Amino acid sequence: MGKKVEITCISCPMGCDVELEIDDNNQIECMEGNNCKAGEKYVRNEYYNPTRILPTTARVKNGVLPLVPVKSKDPLPKEILEEAMTEIAKVELEAPIKLGDIVIENILDTGVNIVTTREILKKKQ
Amino acid sequence: MNNQKYELVVVGGGPAGLAAAQEAYDQGIRDILIIERDFELGGILQQCIHNGFGLHYFGEELTGPEYAHQFIKNIRERGIDIKLDTMVLEVTPDKKVFAINSDEGMIEIDAGAVILAMGCRERTREAIDIPGSRPAGVYSAGTAQRYINMEQWIPGEKVVILGSGDIGLIMARRMHLEGAEVEAVLELLPFSGGLTRNIVQCLEDFDIPLRMQQTVVEIKGQDRLESVVVAEVDDNFKPIKGTEYEIECDTLLLSVGLIPENELSEEAGVEMSSITGGPIVNEGRETNIEGIFACGNVLHVHDLVDWVTEESLIAGKTAADYLKGGIAKRSKAIDVNPGENVGYIVPHKITNKVDDRKLVNLYMRAKQPMADVKINLYAGDKKLLDKKARRVEPGEMITFPVPEKMFSSNDISSLKVDIVKEEK
Repeated sequence: MGKKVEITCISCPMGCDVELEIDDNNQIECMEGNNCKAGEKYVRNEYYNPTRILPTTARVKNGVLPLVPVKSKDPLPKEILEEAMTEIAKVELEAPIKLGDIVIENILDTGVNIVTTREILKKKQ
Repeated sequence: MNNQKYELVVVGGGPAGLAAAQEAYDQGIRDILIIERDFELGGILQQCIHNGFGLHYFGEELTGPEYAHQFIKNIRERGIDIKLDTMVLEVTPDKKVFAINSDEGMIEIDAGAVILAMGCRERTREAIDIPGSRPAGVYSAGTAQRYINMEQWIPGEKVVILGSGDIGLIMARRMHLEGAEVEAVLELLPFSGGLTRNIVQCLEDFDIPLRMQQTVVEIKGQDRLESVVVAEVDDNFKPIKGTEYEIECDTLLLSVGLIPENELSEEAGVEMSSITGGPIVNEGRETNIEGIFACGNVLHVHDLVDWVTEESLIAGKTAADYLKGGIAKRSKAIDVNPGENVGYIVPHKITNKVDDRKLVNLYMRAKQPMADVKINLYAGDKKLLDKKARRVEPGEMITFPVPEKMFSSNDISSLKVDIVKEEK
């Protein structure tokens, strides 16, 4: 027996609720509720391989702020976001920091780098 | 007193002030000062560490700090003067700016033109009158965002969020990822003011419940918040008796709207709109006081920073034109009025005569969500133009470009826009 899955399309502000029928081989048998091709592509991707950019922060020593914002340079698989948070929490950087510095290379073997998204100057003593 | 003189003073170094200053410089004005009360430029973008900025303006998806960085870099390259940690106390109608900081003390700046770009601030618990005790643990969502993203301080462990606008949604995800338990996001209205994309990626991704037509009716706790009492509301937003239930939590985040921060504008005598909470401006973003301009969230609250930038470039250009010798006016001003299902339109009027202008963008918000609509532009009873839209949402600003030739005639004294269901 197949199953039904509902996905809200976010490729435009319409926000269509799309219903998928999935067969026993995990193939999309039929898609209903999307109004366009872009929606079909999004929903297909969202079913087989949902990914997200992960924006968060990393700790900084001797900076004008105690944190620097970071993000995954490319989208990460959705199911490893929390694991990635734990990895990033282990890092402590030293100011000064430039925008785009690599914080973690190839996080969790995804091939994706975690990079800083702003500069942090050194705190004046 | 310390007296200084600048051609252009920009009050606020957030996205609006930065873009306005940059554009004024690029239009030939060299003597510019940006005054910022924080220790750095960038404004609220610096705490908005999530992605989703810049798709319209830069054609790529950036985080808030990355978006700010582009403009900060441009300002530095141009050598525009900046005063940080400096608070503007007063702007007078004759464009004197009084400011204060700990290096220079009190400063009086004689300005040729002033651009108001102070942004907005959050509505508080007091503004929405939630009864109950007054324990610690009740924050506006943006304050919590600054604590978590910039100051390394997590406000609490068990969280309820009131308001499903974008800040509320973003903070639900942020608190969850930082290890807090987000019990629920509550929304007074039957629909969320946030982007669908945020509902999916901030709530559904983490199974955080979104409860519509519910609100907090009581805050409980002695020193620290212990619980909130929640009730369903009717169509007039009145809590329904008998529907109350309690959620244990140590933190309540309020994401219940933003108010343009206009104390300086009002004191200067700038005419205000009761609907936007910001100044009334013409298409150049000039207020009723000649040479005083306004742009960004101080003018009206924007959903996307890209539109703030677009608007601030307009203000920067008009301020430069004003300083370079004035702006030609139409013989008759055109009032721009919101019609059916339109909350407001900026600009409020068209007064300038600009020869090389192809079109004027009208920015507006729908009052109610509506699908398959026609947006109609009228001059008096005569329809000038329409455009179709598959969907309008109060949370998403609508841009409606109007070709100059449609209103260049001096007979036209008012324009009106309405949003109606398309007849099939």
